[in-house]
Amino acid sequence: MKKKVLSLFIAGGFLFGLGAGANAETLELLTWKGYAPQSLVEKFEKETGITVKTTYSNNEEMIAKLRATRGAGFDLAQPSQDRISSVQEKFNIYQPIDYSKIDTALIIPSMLEAVKKNTMVDGKSYGVPHVYGTSGLIVNRKAAPDADDYTALLDPKYEGRVSYRLKRPTLIAMAFAGGTDPFALYGDEAKYQELMEGIGQKLIDAKGLVKTYWTNGDALLQSMRSGEVNVAMAWDNGGWKLNAENPDIDFVAPKSGALGWIDTFAIPAKAENVEAAYKWINFMMRPENAAVFTNAEKYGTASAGAIEFYEADVKANFERSFTKADIDNIKWYPPVPAKLEEIEGKILDKVKASN
Amino acid sequence: MTPLSRARSRLPLLIFLTPILLWLLLLIVLPHFDLLRMSFRVENNSGDMVWSANNYLEFFREPIYWLTFTRTAVYAVIVTVLTLCIAFPVAFYITKVAPPRFKGFFSLLLLMPFWVSELVRIYGWMILLRESGVINHFLVAWGILQQPVELLYNDIAMIMGLVYTSMLFMVVPLLSVLDSLDDSLIEAAYDLGSNSATIVRSIIIPHAMPGIASGSIVVFMLSLGNYLTPNLMGGKNSLWFTEQIYNQFIASFNWNQGSAFGFLLLVISSLIIFIGLKLTNQQLSRVIR
Repeated sequence: MKKKVLSLFIAGGFLFGLGAGANAETLELLTWKGYAPQSLVEKFEKETGITVKTTYSNNEEMIAKLRATRGAGFDLAQPSQDRISSVQEKFNIYQPIDYSKIDTALIIPSMLEAVKKNTMVDGKSYGVPHVYGTSGLIVNRKAAPDADDYTALLDPKYEGRVSYRLKRPTLIAMAFAGGTDPFALYGDEAKYQELMEGIGQKLIDAKGLVKTYWTNGDALLQSMRSGEVNVAMAWDNGGWKLNAENPDIDFVAPKSGALGWIDTFAIPAKAENVEAAYKWINFMMRPENAAVFTNAEKYGTASAGAIEFYEADVKANFERSFTKADIDNIKWYPPVPAKLEEIEGKILDKVKASN
Repeated sequence: MTPLSRARSRLPLLIFLTPILLWLLLLIVLPHFDLLRMSFRVENNSGDMVWSANNYLEFFREPIYWLTFTRTAVYAVIVTVLTLCIAFPVAFYITKVAPPRFKGFFSLLLLMPFWVSELVRIYGWMILLRESGVINHFLVAWGILQQPVELLYNDIAMIMGLVYTSMLFMVVPLLSVLDSLDDSLIEAAYDLGSNSATIVRSIIIPHAMPGIASGSIVVFMLSLGNYLTPNLMGGKNSLWFTEQIYNQFIASFNWNQGSAFGFLLLVISSLIIFIGLKLTNQQLSRVIR
């Protein structure tokens, strides 16, 4: 008897699961943590009646998730602009953006053009810019007053007080710090491999200095707050958030150039609610909404008019960390050719495995 | 029973079994076949997919892969042995020594940490062990240490986390085998003048062997396939084989290589268990009962 009741429950649960997805209009959003602030989600739901369901992820996982379903399961994704074209060519997981459905007047024109160009496959573009920012150093000035370039991450002076991600931006940053432009080698696999192997060796040699390879932004901020880490490679907004709590800690644009990224909106190939996706894009790019996002998360936005709604400290952050020369020196990621990620993956594995 | 009534009595069983069978077939068996097929596909120089065993050969060709695997397997064995050493006295105490009315209470205490998810438990350990964490705070406050030291992000912390995570899976089978051990056997042995060491060696352990073996298999498999604990507590030095698989799928977009690794993990770990059973003279059918 017990068994029967249990099976009934299982069967019932199965049917319920099938039925629940069908009612009420929803937008399945695959995005980064912090990219869909609760206040904006509520405002959007009130305006349109569309329920927003967010899934937090990162570049690699977004691609893997969409690849597994051949572009189904989500209505809108937010990959970085350099990770779209090669992935699209190979796996065909996105659909072209219909720019006539987007209020392009809301978007900074130069950024829109750049993203259109970088995400173009067979004459069609796949991305709309949303957020931009840089990777550089977050430094505790009191403990590490002269850390001004990525090489500080390899400096024995800061033994046990260093942290970075074991991901491709770290390799790229180390290449720039060593005086080579890795983007110029994107076309030459063999040379790129050689460069990356050299960098991998440097990271292995300096592994003893590292506190831990961080994977979670909040966890890194916590270690910097408590003084466990004094020099880290991370995103600019993290440094600015910490600066508001402790003026000793701040984001520093490295001498060899901060790495500039743009995260986009891209619509998966089998999105069910494409209309809602366009509505969300237009909603998020409206200056007053974009500013809510930037004021909370400190990231820059591609929305053209948002700057008027910025809080004073957001502007101050940017001016404190970036001189005119630093801005000109930002290295924007060009689209990544497919093969390179495999090379990088192997080198990162080696670094992690070494002792 | 007539054939008709037999068929009728089977019908409800079939109906209730169908979801489970469908579940097994659609969500476990079929994807595995797809993974197996994928693991034998390789991209050649012109970008086409061809059949090849290269993904498997790559494992043996590239030292970093099989070294990681060896490391993972050795650590999983260490974890299993440590878990057994800790869990055996606990299980013995609960079944034989503790007053009967407390037995349920003690089992409940063991179960309690498992009411929260593994992630929460691991973060709990991280709060305790980190440099600015609870343990360091007290060590410094009591003057034992001058400066806080980092207790996290090393192999010992990782092994401790794994042992903690898998304790329950060792204790439960041990409880059931020790429960079935007749106390009078132990008493008789004492009457006949043997000492405690002999009793443990020649009565208790042989009787508990099926429980030890099944607990060890579960703990070994769980540790080998764990992703969270090595990653969070082991930190920078903890490349676990599961992470290698994750990296192939997620970071390198190489699903073919990743599925080959997945199957290697399955085959080699089954082999290790088979050897372990043979060495201790156990039969799988007795162990899983």
